[in-house]
Amino acid sequence: MKYFLKRAGFMAFTVFAVCALTFFLMNVIPGGTAELILKHTLVGLEESATEEQLSQISSRYNLDDPLYLQFFRWVKEAVLRGDIGTSYIYKKPVLYLLALRLPATVQLAGASMALAIVVGVSLGIYSALRENRISDHILRIVTLFGVSMPGFWVALILILIFSLKLKLVPVSGYGNLENLLLPAAALSFHSVAAVMRVTRTSMLETLGQEYIRFAKAKGLPVWKIISRHALKNAMLPVITVIGFQMGSLLGGAVVIEKIFAWPGIGSLLVDSISARDLPVVQGCVLAIVTMFLLVHFLVDMLYTHLDPRIRYG
Amino acid sequence: MDNAFADRLRKKSFLLPEAYGNEFAKRVFQRKDILFALAVLLFFIGLALFAPLISPYDPNAIDLKNKNLNPSEEHLLGTDYLGRDLLSRVLIGARTSLSIASGVVLISLFLGTAAGCAAGYYGGIVDESVSRVIDIFLSFPGVIFALTIMGVLGSGVFNLMLALSIVHWAKFARMMRGQVLSIKKQEFVLSAITGGAGDFYIIRKHIVPNAIATLLVLATIDFGHVILSISTLSFLGIGLPADVPEWGAMLSAGKEFMRTAPCQTIFPGLAITLVVVIFSILGDGMRDILDPNHEGGEIY
Repeated sequence: MKYFLKRAGFMAFTVFAVCALTFFLMNVIPGGTAELILKHTLVGLEESATEEQLSQISSRYNLDDPLYLQFFRWVKEAVLRGDIGTSYIYKKPVLYLLALRLPATVQLAGASMALAIVVGVSLGIYSALRENRISDHILRIVTLFGVSMPGFWVALILILIFSLKLKLVPVSGYGNLENLLLPAAALSFHSVAAVMRVTRTSMLETLGQEYIRFAKAKGLPVWKIISRHALKNAMLPVITVIGFQMGSLLGGAVVIEKIFAWPGIGSLLVDSISARDLPVVQGCVLAIVTMFLLVHFLVDMLYTHLDPRIRYG
Repeated sequence: MDNAFADRLRKKSFLLPEAYGNEFAKRVFQRKDILFALAVLLFFIGLALFAPLISPYDPNAIDLKNKNLNPSEEHLLGTDYLGRDLLSRVLIGARTSLSIASGVVLISLFLGTAAGCAAGYYGGIVDESVSRVIDIFLSFPGVIFALTIMGVLGSGVFNLMLALSIVHWAKFARMMRGQVLSIKKQEFVLSAITGGAGDFYIIRKHIVPNAIATLLVLATIDFGHVILSISTLSFLGIGLPADVPEWGAMLSAGKEFMRTAPCQTIFPGLAITLVVVIFSILGDGMRDILDPNHEGGEIY
């Protein structure tokens, strides 16, 4: 229990620190913000921006205050009213934009994670059972390339093969299952390889244990040895890697969403960075970091549940 | 987790601390896969260094009459959407990736080693504060952070190196801290302290030489990651200026012509993959030597 509190405290501290970091980072360019807001308000009138207009905006958004005051006001609004700013471009609350985009990202990341676990673990077990045979060697070479290929390239190659040449699935879009297939496959590619690698190593180690030999001697069928005895013990390192992979999935989602025009937080982040829509950038970073920390927390909980020997102090 | 890893490393490793570096080097040169990867890497570095001499065309020469060509005898890998020779561009792109990645890894290695040494050696409040900072930097996806920094700084070679170094130093710092903690307990450090050696002398003469193999492994593995990050950011159009030939940027421009001229999408990506594969083989092989029983997880 004490550990949970400590952990929750660290998570809150990290979220706060990341917010502070991005907030100050965003505002290092002095005087830029007012011009930026004006540019987005009066499209086409950038050149005619007068000093008066700039100072009007500065005072409306309190941009003349010192940065730390602006930051504390931002935190106060965020904590008390859940208001984390308004987009310069869309003129909508950032929270609303995030809520609009969140389901797509959760869907994509969830599907990719599921794919990584199911495909990665089963291929890993298969590879371990066929140690040093041809299929094992082929799978190991595939994983070596799997962890080395850039995600966006995998996505482009998949589009090239399955959308343009074979015309099986649409190039982009959102809503149907067939739209989800390619992005999820592209995003999970790296994680499938990583999960498979660890499953193989960990499974081989477990299969060498005495109790597995005993189970074999007892005459248990292979699938029963795997499912009943080996898998649970072999899964611990796999879960650690899945936790690590969650980070690379959320990072990779940014590019994959952009390529497939997937309406998630990642593509919102890239678009906002290009358009310098700072409050939205800040919101996206906040959302991604929070998701990431929550997943890590869950993974650790699962870990203690599966292996009661581990007790966090 | 990294402390546990470092301890495990010291216990299970059959290498004596003092002869650590030499023994490590000897074992590296006994492994065929590492030697093979090293040879290929040297070949790639050679290609990058001599790119202007060996590339058949000027990588930036625009030839609109011959745009979007498929591979032929004149253009071995075809041409891009402006008629520039793809082989020449992929070759010169190796320069960009390898040089920026070297810069990032060196800066991260230096910063990380310094921070990790300070935290591990002095302990107490220094360790507490440095460790918290490391935790924060490692607690969210690096690409997101680099992206945000680039969004603020704007594209450019220097900015890209800065952004990626800010993201990557923390891994080195955490690893170094773990190393220092376990090396500090060894007798030769204790005797050096008893002999009245200064802090800086001990760090320079005892701690860094004994941690160098582990740092080298991490640097090798990280090199591949940095190359992936560089190309990802350029692909998104927030890495390097448009006139710098870079693999990720080539892919980004080429993808518009994927239907008719798929070469622009295939070859630069293949180049990235090959280089990263080489670093993976090198890193994994060297990690096997340091820690034969590692679980295959991405502990680093």
